[in-house]
This record gives sequence, structure tokens and C-alpha cells, in this order.
Amino acid sequence: MLFTSYGFIAFIAILFVVYYIVPKKWQWPLLLMASGVFYWIADPRFIIFICVTSLSAWGSGVLMGRINDAQDLYLKENKETLSKEEKKAYKASNKKRKWHILLGCLILNIGILSVTKYTNFVINSINDVAHTGLKNVDLIIPMGISFYTFQTMSYIIDAYRGTVKPERNPFKVLLFTSFFPQLVQGPINRFGDLSKSLYEPHRFSEKVFSTGLMRILWGYFKKLVVADRIIVAVTALIQDTDSYRGAYVFVAMFFYAFELYCDFTGGIDITIGIAQALGINMKENFILPYFSKDIKEYWNRWHISMGSWFTDYIFYPLSVSPRMLKLSKWSREHLGKVIGKRVTVYLAAFIVWFTTGLWHGAAWNFIVWGLMNFVVIMISQELSLLYDKFHKKFGFKGKAWYSVWEIIRTIFLMSLIRMFDCYRNVPMTFKMVGSMLTSFNLKIFTDGSLLKLGLNKYDYWVLLAALVIILSVSIYKYRKGEVRSKLYEKPWLWYGAMSAMFIAIIVFGAYGIGYDSTQFIYNQF
Amino acid sequence: MEELMDILTELHPDVDYDSCTTLVDDRIIDSFDIISIVSEVAARLDVQIPAEEIVPENFNSAKALAALIERLENE
Amino acid sequence: MTKKRAFIIVFYIVLTVAVLWFLQRLFMPKYQYGIVEGAMAAEYYEADEPHEVLFVGDCEVYEAVSPVTLYEEYGISSYIRGSAQQLVWQSYYLLEDALKYETPKVVVFNVLALKYDEPQSESYNRMTLDGMRLSMTKIRAVEESMTDDEKLIEYIFPILRYHSRWSDLDSDDWDYLWDRDKVTHNGYYMRIDIKPEAEFPDPPLLADYKLGDNAMYWLSKMADLCEENGIELVLIKSPILFPHWYDQWDDQVRAFAESRDLTYINFIDDRDAMGLDMTRDTYDAGLHLNKTGAETFARYLGAILNENYDLTDYREVPEVAQQWEDICEDYHDMAQAQYEEIIEYGYLRNWGSVAVQLGRP
Repeated sequence: MLFTSYGFIAFIAILFVVYYIVPKKWQWPLLLMASGVFYWIADPRFIIFICVTSLSAWGSGVLMGRINDAQDLYLKENKETLSKEEKKAYKASNKKRKWHILLGCLILNIGILSVTKYTNFVINSINDVAHTGLKNVDLIIPMGISFYTFQTMSYIIDAYRGTVKPERNPFKVLLFTSFFPQLVQGPINRFGDLSKSLYEPHRFSEKVFSTGLMRILWGYFKKLVVADRIIVAVTALIQDTDSYRGAYVFVAMFFYAFELYCDFTGGIDITIGIAQALGINMKENFILPYFSKDIKEYWNRWHISMGSWFTDYIFYPLSVSPRMLKLSKWSREHLGKVIGKRVTVYLAAFIVWFTTGLWHGAAWNFIVWGLMNFVVIMISQELSLLYDKFHKKFGFKGKAWYSVWEIIRTIFLMSLIRMFDCYRNVPMTFKMVGSMLTSFNLKIFTDGSLLKLGLNKYDYWVLLAALVIILSVSIYKYRKGEVRSKLYEKPWLWYGAMSAMFIAIIVFGAYGIGYDSTQFIYNQF
Repeated sequence: MEELMDILTELHPDVDYDSCTTLVDDRIIDSFDIISIVSEVAARLDVQIPAEEIVPENFNSAKALAALIERLENE
Repeated sequence: MTKKRAFIIVFYIVLTVAVLWFLQRLFMPKYQYGIVEGAMAAEYYEADEPHEVLFVGDCEVYEAVSPVTLYEEYGISSYIRGSAQQLVWQSYYLLEDALKYETPKVVVFNVLALKYDEPQSESYNRMTLDGMRLSMTKIRAVEESMTDDEKLIEYIFPILRYHSRWSDLDSDDWDYLWDRDKVTHNGYYMRIDIKPEAEFPDPPLLADYKLGDNAMYWLSKMADLCEENGIELVLIKSPILFPHWYDQWDDQVRAFAESRDLTYINFIDDRDAMGLDMTRDTYDAGLHLNKTGAETFARYLGAILNENYDLTDYREVPEVAQQWEDICEDYHDMAQAQYEEIIEYGYLRNWGSVAVQLGRP
């Protein structure tokens, strides 16, 4: 079920009603049931996969919990008799047992993820290199497997680290993994965040509900009015690489930036909005990403749940592992302080961006996309000292015009890197980006060529209006903070905006016959 | 504590570590800086900060970081 | 939640519904000009005279029989519930729909549509179904008719289908927002221009001459429906040669009629008997009849109906005659208007394909 299908809208409408009618203790089981139905409709076989993943995490968690309980009891009973060293040794042996459980759980789940998603990628890569004729295998890829696997892994790693208490109820773990709004395209929630409100009873509150509803509408607005409209042109531009070169690549770049933003943040707005309408708080996944002044900030604002997942579970553990610290020490002694300091950080960052790329899709273009991010981050890291000197001398930093320049620069840079994800072919991307510098067909902006991409002048007007609206809301948010809570205090405006948005979506949405229904871009990851 | 202050000051000489309590939240130090701190602490203070302790609460101020190091030393 | 808040919510819900309702009216195609077939289904509800004969079918009824002639010659009060490429089940449901308002004595169904066994095209579906009043009958008709990309909810709330028309609204959308003109005369679509019948290509050989099961199923349902309501069902094939009506099809319909004890008349062979002159009686080289053709066929068909069924001569029933007088007057007025255009331009400017091409003058 696509978020933009009538079926899905009916599904959540019914869920909202039933959710607030049933006895409060039935609310979370109802969500589990709804998630099951949602997944069942996609493909009944998917349920097996998500159950295996959830139950392995639940079982591992329970085992770890038992070890913790036994440890607490043992230490308490033998408080007097054990020496400090004995206690330490006992804890260490327990930690090792838990480590084995964790390892088993991770291997199982990463194994499932790798086999379903990456088998054919590996086969194709071998074929390319060794010119073998290995055949691809026909595997089912469960919907949202990258998201829910990562989410489950974060749970079990947190349980191992002791930052969350293992959940004893397998159904609760299952709901955490399968909660339907997040299944399609994230965000990757943490158990510690989501569990606070996921299993709680929720009384109907008009404020909470209408705030969630407003968020859902805002999401549909971005998704249906902008993303699904502009995607026609984006698809045309990136598919016909022979005709659309030079300035067209430039157009494609910004159209894709606009489309991806509206599609992805719109989808997340719908997800978080649904959760909110149900009284459940999800962490933000985007905080005005296009207002970032540098690429590092961008990655703190764009798809936050993914970035923080890689930081918390790969980057930090990798960087601070004894082996890395040893490497760091060695390189400092042998390569000098300047390089030595960087070796481990850069190595860890390289691995993180490689896996980030791979996580996005089983293809080389994604890996190159990830590594381009790495390269740009490293370069800007190295240039930062230079920048600091520059700013000290000229004092541009902090000036409004300079901030705008930084923001535009970051958007441009990110859009440029994203071309790998756009054309889905590494040499082609280089070729097309190169054509921006070689063919100056700037007349396309004036001779009506842009009207031949599947968008007519009315579409452009709608897109322009939507851009102005989205930009205004964003600027307001950037300067004054949260919009919704303030608007709620003015009921005439609040419900008026809701009504206007609803009508705008119905009238200006690109849906129905005549428009191709498009999947969320992130659905396939 | 002094050694820690040295480490931090070497990293960002112009930050006032005595008063700042939002080092991570305000992006004054980023993940790369955190790794530098962790490896410096390991090298110079012989305290290993495990990954699970790398959370904003522990790195938002010099004081919190000092407390973390003390706690890890005593364990 | 305060009372004020509740009031504001209710206010906006009402406002939203009202705005959407208005926009829906505005965005729905009006079918007042050029392509008028989409306006036919809704026009039926405006007719308040009683009908003893109801025609259902496609262009082989609504462009082939003139109810005004049936009235003027025999006093038969009739109505044509036809539309472009009206499929058998659509005819069934339009009949079921009509039975909510009246029960005619005779229902005449033209069998050409039996050649279609499954839904054909979204735009024809829309022209036939959008005009129906919302009811379970309409919903079932829609469900039976939808092609792959169509959705029931888009029929219940047509704004979901037509929302993107905001960018190509024309003056008709505003002029006919509240009231539409009649485009037919009791379901009859009038054309007075002439383009003689031409040679038709040889009919292609078919892989299978069996009429589809689904189509026959709905024909049989129609027979049941008429039986239940004490209506005589008459099957006809209009005297039109194209699209080709295969003998094999004819045999099957004849067999069906016999099995259900129904009358079936194929008028193709009666073209000479009724005096149909296809050098004069068609406006598009023989695909459809023009006014003289429809009147000729109506005279012939009317005689048969009058003879075999106990139909009232409504010319003798003053209040109905009064109503028919208006219908006849409109009919002759439109004919006059069309003649004047022919004289002025040599062709019809405000009807048919020229109107579609040129739009409103």
C-alpha cells in the first residue's frame, strides 16, 4: 500500500477511529494488528522475515536480560565476600556471554539482509570482473528490510550496551520493528525513544490529533503537489541522456533536489504525523537540511536517523576500538602527529560512507555516491583551518549574505553528488556532469524547451507557488522555531490552514488517471 | 582534569570550556573531534571510553567529560 | 476542547465540503458542445412525462430513432437512455436506474453492444456513468465497468478524477455550472447534415464468433429484470451496416430471444421496406443516421410497437400532450437552427466534429 493510495488513507482513517474507541490497553496490540495487515497486503511472505528478525532480537534481549538479572543478584548476595578483581572478572565473563549472544543475533540479521539484498549485486560484480556467466537468483526482498533490520539491530546493540532494558514481551518487540508508518521508508527509530510512547495508553486529545493531522496534510502536500508532479520531468531528463545535456543536467539536478526533498521529507511528515495522531512521538528525521552551511551539518539535518545510526553503531565503535586506538598510536609515532591523528578517523569515516552507500542500494553508483560524500567531507575538514584564517581576516562569517552563500553552496554540492543516485550509472554521471561544462545550451531557459519535459506552464506555476510556501514555512521555522504549536493557538488560522491544505492537495495534487503513481523513492532501500 | 583541558584546548583553542555546556548540541565539537578526544584520552590518561558512553550528555561540557573519565577510572 | 474551537472545526468542515462540492461541479466536464454524449445520462432525470417505451443501448438507438416522430405519428411517449459505446451491463443498470422512477411497458434494447464482453475505455465509461445519480445501482454499474486504472471512489467523488481540469476550464464550465441545456430530445441526438453512405471495408474474419459470456449474462439479466417488472423486452438491431453485424452473432441473439420468448428484429434487411435511403439518411457516410434517417426508422419501428403492444396514444391525454408539445417544439427549433447553419456555412458549425475542432465561436 502506497502512502498516496486511497486504500492507505482509508486504512489510517479506520485505524484512527478504532484506536480511540477500543479500551486503552488494546491500543498497542491494535497497532501490531494493523501493522500485520499492512505487511500482509504487501506480501504475506514478508511477515516471516520480519518475525524472524524481531523474535531473534527479542530472544537475544531476553537472554541478555537474564544474565543481567543473575549478575545483579549474584553481586548483591556476594557483596561482602567478593574482591574488586573478582567482581570485575565476573562482570567481564558475563559481558563476553552477552557479546556472543549479540554477535549471533547480528550475524543472523545482517546475513538475511545481505542475502536478500546483495546476492545479485555480488554475482553481477563477479561477472563484471571475472567475465563469468553466473545467473542472478530470484529472491524476495521484504519491504523496508534495510530499515527494520537496522532498527532491530539498534535495539539489540543498545540492550547489549545496557542503554535500554530488554523487552520481555515478544509482541512489543514485534511492534517496535514492524510499526507500519515507519516500515516503508523509515525513520530508523531507537527503542529507547519510541518505546516511551508506543505502548502507553493514549487518550484522545484534539490538540495532539489535529497536530498530527496537520503534519500528515503537510506531508501529502509536499509529496502529491510537488514531488509527484516534478518527477515526470526528472524522469524524462535522466532517462534520455542523449538529448538532455548541458544546461538540462543543471535543471535535472535542481529538479531532483526539489523532488527528493519533497518526496522524502513529505513521506516522513506523513509517518511522523500518523504516529503523532496516535499519540506516539517519533524523533525528527529532517531538520531543515537545505539550510545547512556545510556538508557535515547537512548530514546532521538530512535523514538524521540513518546518519546517527551509522555514527553510533559503526563510526564510534570502530574508531574507539582497541585495535584502532593502537593503530592511532602507531601512526602517530611513525607518520608524525599531523597525519597520525587523522588516520583512524579517516579510516572509520571511509568505512562508514562505504557502508552508507551500500545500504542505499546494491549498486556501485550508490557506493560511489557514499564515497563522494566522504571525499567532500574530508576535503572540507582539511580546508577548515584555511577557512578559519580566511574568516578571521575578512570577517564574512556570520553575515547574512555569507550564510546564504554557504547554504546555496551546500545545496549545490549535495545536489551534484546526488547525480550518482540520479543517473544510477557511474561513468554516465561523470559524462553528464561534464557536459554541464562543455555544452552551453542556455537558450533552453527561454525558448520553451522546459515546457516539453511533461510539465506545462500551469505545472510550473503550481511548483513555484509550492516552492514559495515551503520556503516561507522553512524560513519561519529556521528563525522562530516550531510553526505548528504556535499556529494551534490561533484556531481560525489553524483549521483554516488545514482546510486550505486539504483542498489544495485535492485540486493540485498530481494523482489519479493522467498521473503515474510513483513509489516513494526510499521505498526500495 | 588539567590534562583533559589541554586536550580540549588543543582541539579548539578559542572555545571557553569552563562555561560551555552545549558542545555537542551546538555542534561546537563534531564526531571527528569526539574521536580525537577519545583517542587522546586513551593515549594520555590511559582511560578507554567505550562507544556506548559516547552520547551528547557525556560530551556536552568539559565537566561532564571529566566526570565520565573519573567514573571509568573507578570501575 | 473549548466550545469556540468546536465551532471553528465544524465551520471549516462545512466550508471545506462546500468548496469541494462547488469545485467538483465546476471541474466536471459539461458536455454541452461538440461532444455531448456525456450529458445524456443525466438528462433523463429532467424528463417528467411518463414513458411507455424506453430504449437502451448505444449510438444505434440515440442516433437512430426519433422519439418525437414516435409521438407525432403514433402518440407513443418514449425515452432513449443511451450513450456512446454503452456496454450491455451499463444498459442494464441504466434500465434498473430508470425503473426507480417509472415502469415502461416496453424496453427496446439494441444488440450491437453484445460484441463487447469487457470494459473498454475510461472516457466512454465516464460519459455513460458520471451522469447517473449516486445510488447502489450506479456503484454496481461502475464496479462492472471499470478499466484497470479506474477507481470506484473517483466515481463517487468525481473531483478526484477531474481535479486537474482547473488549468483548462473554459467559459462553458462557468456558464453551465448550475443549469445545463438539453442536448437531446428525449435521448435522441439530432443531426441534419448529410454525407451519403460509402463503401465499407470487408468485415474482418474473427477468431471466434461466439458472443462473450459476460455480455450474454447481462443480456439475460436484463431479460430477468424486465420479466420481474412485467415489461416486454424487445431486442433490435438498427438498420446500420457498420460496425459489421455478423450472421453468427445474429443467430446467437435469435436463439437467445427464442429461448426467453422475446421478440428480436434485425432491421438491416428492412432498409428498403422502411424507405431508408442511405444517400440521404446518414450524416457520416453510414455510421449513424441523421434526422431524416431517424424519423424514417422511427415511423417503421413505431408501427411495429404500436401494433404489437398495448400502448397509449398520449396525443389524447391532455396533460402529457402538453408536455410533448414543448418537446416537439424544441425539436423543430433545433432542426431549424441546424438548417440555417447548413445554408449559411454549407456545414454544421455548432454541432459535431467541426464544433469539437473549433470550439465555441
